[in-house]
Amino acid sequence: MLDIRNLCAGVNGTPILKDLNLQVKAGEVHAIMGPNGSGKSTLAQVLAGRSDYEVTGGAVVFNGADLLEMKPEDRARAGIFLAFQYPVEIPGVNSTSFLKAALNECRKARGEEELDAMEFLALVKNKTKLLELDQSLLSRSVNEGFSGGEKKRNEIFQMAVLEPKLAILDETDSGLDIDALRVVAGGVNKLRRPDNATLVITHYQRLLNYIVPDVVHVLVHGRIVKSGGKELAMELEERGYDWILETVGSNGKP
Amino acid sequence: MIDTLKQPKTSSAPERSGTIPNGSDEDRVKLALAAFARGDSVGFPSSLRAIRDSARIQAAKVGFPTTRQEEWKFTNMAPILQLPLHPAEKGSAKLAPQDIARFTFGLNCYRLVFVDGHFCADLCSLPDDGNDLQLGNLTGQLKANSQEVEKHLGRHAESGANFFTALNTAFFQDGAFVSIAAGKTADKPVHLLFIGASEQPGATVLPRSLIVAHRGGSVKVIESYVSLADAARVTNAVTELVLGPEAQVEHCKLQQESERAFHVATIQAVQAKDSRWTSHSIATGARLARNQIQTLFDAEGAKAILNGLYLGHAEQLIDHHTVVDHARPRCESHEFYHGILADRAHGVFNGKIFVRQDAQKTNAKQTNRNLLLSDSAVIDTKPQLEIFADDVKCTHGAAIGQLSDEAIFYLRARGIGVEHARRMLIQAFASDVVERIGIEPVRAELEQMLVERFEPAKD
Repeated sequence: MLDIRNLCAGVNGTPILKDLNLQVKAGEVHAIMGPNGSGKSTLAQVLAGRSDYEVTGGAVVFNGADLLEMKPEDRARAGIFLAFQYPVEIPGVNSTSFLKAALNECRKARGEEELDAMEFLALVKNKTKLLELDQSLLSRSVNEGFSGGEKKRNEIFQMAVLEPKLAILDETDSGLDIDALRVVAGGVNKLRRPDNATLVITHYQRLLNYIVPDVVHVLVHGRIVKSGGKELAMELEERGYDWILETVGSNGKP
Repeated sequence: MIDTLKQPKTSSAPERSGTIPNGSDEDRVKLALAAFARGDSVGFPSSLRAIRDSARIQAAKVGFPTTRQEEWKFTNMAPILQLPLHPAEKGSAKLAPQDIARFTFGLNCYRLVFVDGHFCADLCSLPDDGNDLQLGNLTGQLKANSQEVEKHLGRHAESGANFFTALNTAFFQDGAFVSIAAGKTADKPVHLLFIGASEQPGATVLPRSLIVAHRGGSVKVIESYVSLADAARVTNAVTELVLGPEAQVEHCKLQQESERAFHVATIQAVQAKDSRWTSHSIATGARLARNQIQTLFDAEGAKAILNGLYLGHAEQLIDHHTVVDHARPRCESHEFYHGILADRAHGVFNGKIFVRQDAQKTNAKQTNRNLLLSDSAVIDTKPQLEIFADDVKCTHGAAIGQLSDEAIFYLRARGIGVEHARRMLIQAFASDVVERIGIEPVRAELEQMLVERFEPAKD
């Protein structure tokens, strides 16, 4: 589904991702772990199409298409979803009309019929239950005045509505208490299907107790330096990142 | 009918023929004043005569504004003088209700209609009995209701400092009169519709309106300016609002004139104890528009809310000068102005707040936020607070910005196209003002107007 080859990217001339390689197949959950500053969020933003990051090399193929050539909206329509680490507050833009517009754009791209207001509301009602989201939030402006937990829950709720092929969760666990974490993870698990995939980006192993990954990658200095099963996450939790940093050296090369 | 002291002129003066007058700006002003004097056909009672005569002298004394004057620093009115200014004549074509339907919001209301400044009785809808709500054209009401009209007309909007206000007072021919009785609430909003139909460059209308709310009376008034013809007409309007104790007036001014037109307006409110005035000024039209919106707190406990939205594109210049005069203690004012400027449009906001020496416990708040959609768009924004009391709360803020890249990216990352995302954010910024309008059909129509205004051009 997703094939990243030798991806190099940076910001303002400073390289952040250096020859990153990653393959994700349909039905899989991959976790990307790493210390602060290792490039985890950069990877998420680059995949979503943020223009602040400059791609200097490599290729990303998503379901046969050259992802790096696509505009952010076209990536979303093709089935990429980024759950933002810091969801943006957008005063004056109503949550419901925003999400309806987004869903209908995605449906159009999939060759499906657009939903009318009634159909959309029925869908929303169904999905809010999944995330135990207070429906009154949807009559407010996008993320405006939402608590940290509400914002994260709202991201996964949007994901539930849009039904992406590849969901990228960027530090979705940060700022969540244990109850909210359980709800969010439960939502993600219920959305798992054989034909979609999830990329979980996290600093801590905690989230991976709830969203169990098939593969864990360790990202250091912009490179994936180690990959393994879910037990790798446990090892990182126990021993921290230092032992890996020691083995890879300061430039990230093993 | 009204007596005519002077016969309306029948022959065309040379300056009316559409040629641009020669000579200096001063000469042009003189020519214009002479043209208005000749067109002054309505007989006014002697007390008003005196006010008009003095305003005429003031207009000549103050002179046409130039950018050398602080109040007009950013707003060059000189292009008006390039026009052959003359009072707009009554057109021969008669408008039918369907001709004005698109200006009526589908609103169930009372309505006064003026075409090129001339009252059109057959397009109006008036209350069956005029006991609670008195409504009519000003010259008619000067006869039917002379005591009340004379008590206020021309006594609140000052001619001493502003050429255009003085010009209106000296030469206005008609306008609207609205009065709500003590303790009464108007059962429907009142719509004052001023239509520009003349295709003559320089055709000038001087609409003059008076809105009175007696003690505890409440009324909502929409004052809208629209064009049927795309011509370099001039509107110079003055509206006086008098709010008695505990009176409540919501006043919504909509300026949607042709983008070749010139629009100048003064709105002066005077507020008695515990009165509430809500003012909205929505300006989207005219090539050059200047709004002077002012209130005087004449007693304690009064409150004014001034909302504004100006949308400029192409070469438009839209100027708002507001003045809130906290002359008495314990009054409250909230100003909330948003501007959206595209292309080479120019916006001006000047917000003056006076807090007089004994106006303790004043609470004044002013915000002006501007969205610049192009590198060539310009905004001059200036808060001007003059505070002479010490126990007061005054805050002001001005902001100029572009659309947030973060927000645009967030919307795009959900599948919304970049142009659509920009539109959503622009509309959200404008809606922030529009949603404060308390007359639902007007609000809904403005929301729709915003959608259309920022719709991408269709081939």
